[in-house]
Amino acid sequence: MIPAAFDYHRPKDIAGVLALLAEHGDTARVMAGGHSLIPMMKLRMTDVQHLIDLQDVGGLSGIEIGSTSIRIGALVTQAELIDHARLAIAAPILREAALQIADPQVRYMGTIGGNVANGDPGNDMPGLMQCLNASFTLAGPDGERQVAAREFYEAAYVTARSDDEVLTAVTIPMPAGGHAYEKQKRKIGDYATAAAAVQIVNSGGTCSSAAIAMTNLSDTPVFSEAAGAALVGSSVDNAALNAAVAAMLEDIDPTEDNRGPVAFKKHAAGVILRRAIERAWSRA
Amino acid sequence: MAKKMHIKLKVNGKEEEFLAEPRELLIYTLRERLNITGPHIGCETSHCGACTVTINGKSVKSCTMFVAQADGADITTIEGIGAAGNLHPLQEAFKEHHGLQCGYCTPGMITRAAKLLEEIPSPTEEQIRFGMAGNICRCTGYQNIVKSIQAAAAQMNAAREAAE
Repeated sequence: MIPAAFDYHRPKDIAGVLALLAEHGDTARVMAGGHSLIPMMKLRMTDVQHLIDLQDVGGLSGIEIGSTSIRIGALVTQAELIDHARLAIAAPILREAALQIADPQVRYMGTIGGNVANGDPGNDMPGLMQCLNASFTLAGPDGERQVAAREFYEAAYVTARSDDEVLTAVTIPMPAGGHAYEKQKRKIGDYATAAAAVQIVNSGGTCSSAAIAMTNLSDTPVFSEAAGAALVGSSVDNAALNAAVAAMLEDIDPTEDNRGPVAFKKHAAGVILRRAIERAWSRA
Repeated sequence: MAKKMHIKLKVNGKEEEFLAEPRELLIYTLRERLNITGPHIGCETSHCGACTVTINGKSVKSCTMFVAQADGADITTIEGIGAAGNLHPLQEAFKEHHGLQCGYCTPGMITRAAKLLEEIPSPTEEQIRFGMAGNICRCTGYQNIVKSIQAAAAQMNAAREAAE
């Protein structure tokens, strides 16, 4: 389990990160907590010649809760998300999801930035960010740009981030209504067999908006506009739930692996999504 | 071959300085370079928690950290938690309540539990099970591990109250 040799860099600021990325191109990788990247390096499934450790870069930590949005620095860890009292009130779905990621040791190290930037379809935060309509701040040689989470993921490990950019923050519009993050996994620390993020608004007994995304059921997270639309205007009764699940099943594209065959994954996706919608609606 | 780095660590209160390749995993630094063999290598894939140490106040699986990342860090291993003749209350409790069978996972269990009790001095059983979820016991002796941590918490809280 010894990874291949690399040169290690620990720049102090974003300018230093960008200079290293410009110099070394795709032979360089940016690392935050390292708990996705280091296992891949140990297995020699990824080739890193220049490792750029972000731990000393200023300005990438901190959770700012504004009146209309929440900004989370890329280096905020899952443990910090869980422990932040005001965030738990403003956007409780983040805490609910983070508690279901990995285990305590990994949550001390794993960051929101790494989780969303890596592009691993098994990671929980990308689907959640699509549900919440978050945007990602990318810093590059020409300055900063914002990319919507719903536009960011192109294929497994392929995202809208270019090799010379680094993801510095996540911005989430203030969520409204009820929430649920429901995850089916085989054991602690496992990726989801199926997971669903739901944020739903109840206006006098009628659903006025619903955002739904699922995790690890395709090579990217799956934001299903149709599944949300199936609930809007309904009282989230059984017919609406069936319609939302049917719409989602059209949008996912699971593959067979050691978590089960395709038919089982579709079954699990339906069960998990139904639970998530029911729980979110009960809180809306 | 990547060039070696000058690394400085503080391990169990002692300053250490050496040259190492950045790719060296911290568990190997501890065990093979510094002869600190309390942290164990179980799975080496960040699942089992046998290699858990405390780094700058966080429980970390030292098989999933490069020594280069730890440069400048303050590290505590099981050796820094207690010693023969001066056992930590967790070590006493694991002994009294059969919190270990083969003992392989125990250094990681106790190092993690010590941090957990710092954060939650009187945890419920559920909080213990959730907070210890990153440590696996191949003997499956979880019931007595939970009992041991509960007993240590009670003992430590009583000692704190007595001191006040």
